[in-house]
Amino acid sequence: MHPEKIVFTYQGDGDLASIGAAEIIHAANRNENITVIFVNNAIYGMTGGQMAPTTLPNQVTTTTPLGREIITGAPIKMSEMIATMDHIAYVERCMAADGPSIMKTKRAIRKAFECQINQEGFSMVEVLSSCNIGWKMSPVDSLTYIKNTMTQTFPLGVFKERKHETNH
Amino acid sequence: MSKLLMKGNEAIARAAMLGGCEAFFGYPITPQNELIETMSHVMPANHRVFVQAESEVAAINMVYGAAGAGGRVMTSSSSVGIALKQEGISYCAGAELPCVIVSVSRSGPGLGGILPAQSDYHQSVYGGGNGDYRVIVLAPASVQEAVDDVGKAIQLAEKYRNPAMVLLDGAIAQMMASVVLPTQPLPRVDTTSWAATGDFKTRGTRNVINSLYLDPAKLYAHNQHLQAKYREIAKNEALLVDHHPDHHDGAIIAYGTSAKIAIGAAQRLKEEYGIKVKCIQLRTLWPFPKQALREAIKDMSFALVAEMSMGQLFQDVLAFTRSDTVIGYVGKAGGEIITSDDIVNGYLQQMGGEQIEHSV
Repeated sequence: MHPEKIVFTYQGDGDLASIGAAEIIHAANRNENITVIFVNNAIYGMTGGQMAPTTLPNQVTTTTPLGREIITGAPIKMSEMIATMDHIAYVERCMAADGPSIMKTKRAIRKAFECQINQEGFSMVEVLSSCNIGWKMSPVDSLTYIKNTMTQTFPLGVFKERKHETNH
Repeated sequence: MSKLLMKGNEAIARAAMLGGCEAFFGYPITPQNELIETMSHVMPANHRVFVQAESEVAAINMVYGAAGAGGRVMTSSSSVGIALKQEGISYCAGAELPCVIVSVSRSGPGLGGILPAQSDYHQSVYGGGNGDYRVIVLAPASVQEAVDDVGKAIQLAEKYRNPAMVLLDGAIAQMMASVVLPTQPLPRVDTTSWAATGDFKTRGTRNVINSLYLDPAKLYAHNQHLQAKYREIAKNEALLVDHHPDHHDGAIIAYGTSAKIAIGAAQRLKEEYGIKVKCIQLRTLWPFPKQALREAIKDMSFALVAEMSMGQLFQDVLAFTRSDTVIGYVGKAGGEIITSDDIVNGYLQQMGGEQIEHSV
């Protein structure tokens, strides 16, 4: 409705990778000139720690009390999936685990908004983040868990390199 | 004003665009496909937004977003598709967003069939979304009435900041008829006090579109505000048409396609049997024209409800009129259109009888 305005979404993994999976895929496929900040903490935090589509194998949640088994599915890699769309602008996965990684995330988010301002199309930054209460860990342990464990399943990196081409 | 020969679906689409609809979000489903097909070219050609969404759920949520951004927005669907939109309609009602939903009903339940029925009376009037919300429901009986109701729905939606639905069936949507389309866009209601347009800097206040209230006292206050608005709509907008003001022996109560057929049936009852029966056509289903209907049938011993559903309208007429008038029922649902014979015979068989509970 207001193409001159900056538009962004801030979505968790339950929203983006499960109940809203169809919508994010088609919004990306239409190459909507928006920026998506995808906060992935591998759990449904707000509802009390249930399994998310991004929950890691063997991870204990309130709906996988014995650890996530493969019969419930494997962690969905949304950045890799969305990056298969050739025409979109930019996709990167970062983490918020320590000072340097947070600064790197900040730069990625800045880049994503620059894509939008320059009319390059759809941009998404996935941020691996913690939910120490849902994970039942101390805040310090949960940051270590992002760095050492989550990144095994969700490797960091740029999945769609920015080309600086105006699409809109 | 020139008349054009046009299919119902196409006429509705063109009327919406000419009436000033700024964005349309749809998803294919029979029997409303020509509506989104027409929109797919007339909207972009006139610099408006058209998106074929990935699902009905996506389409109604696009409506939520675009209406929240102050747009004049419409979506359309049919029965099963409207069922999928119910959650989004409840959100629009909760956040008080003006939007128009065109519902071209087919037969049900489930996938049902693609032929006309009026079995979505409950779905439209009572909704399937959560919470104490109301949707304005207009019921046209012809292509011209459908065209007029689209404009009226836009205006009512904006006047009351509420979703408004135009409910018709596949017979009207698929019928070709001569119509007069609007010539200029409808006047716009100012939305700057609430629409989220990203103008915080120039406006100085933040407009937020939201239906979440975690504080129960605030949510109760919001519900009381909504109810006050609904009472206002009920007072101002309930409408019926008495097609035979000089007939007083009895009445046939109907809406949409059934009303069109009931007009002819009333004529036959007079000519063939000498019974002067009036056809009362309900033009709004919510608000239901309770007062006017009670008034119209109060001195009659019998009134017949004719509907292409299994007693959904009958139930409401019985509940809302609360009079000594015996209310009869004639109807069918499944894709067959009710006939003049059905109504005439139903009237003759049931008049003079006692009140029966026709619905379950």
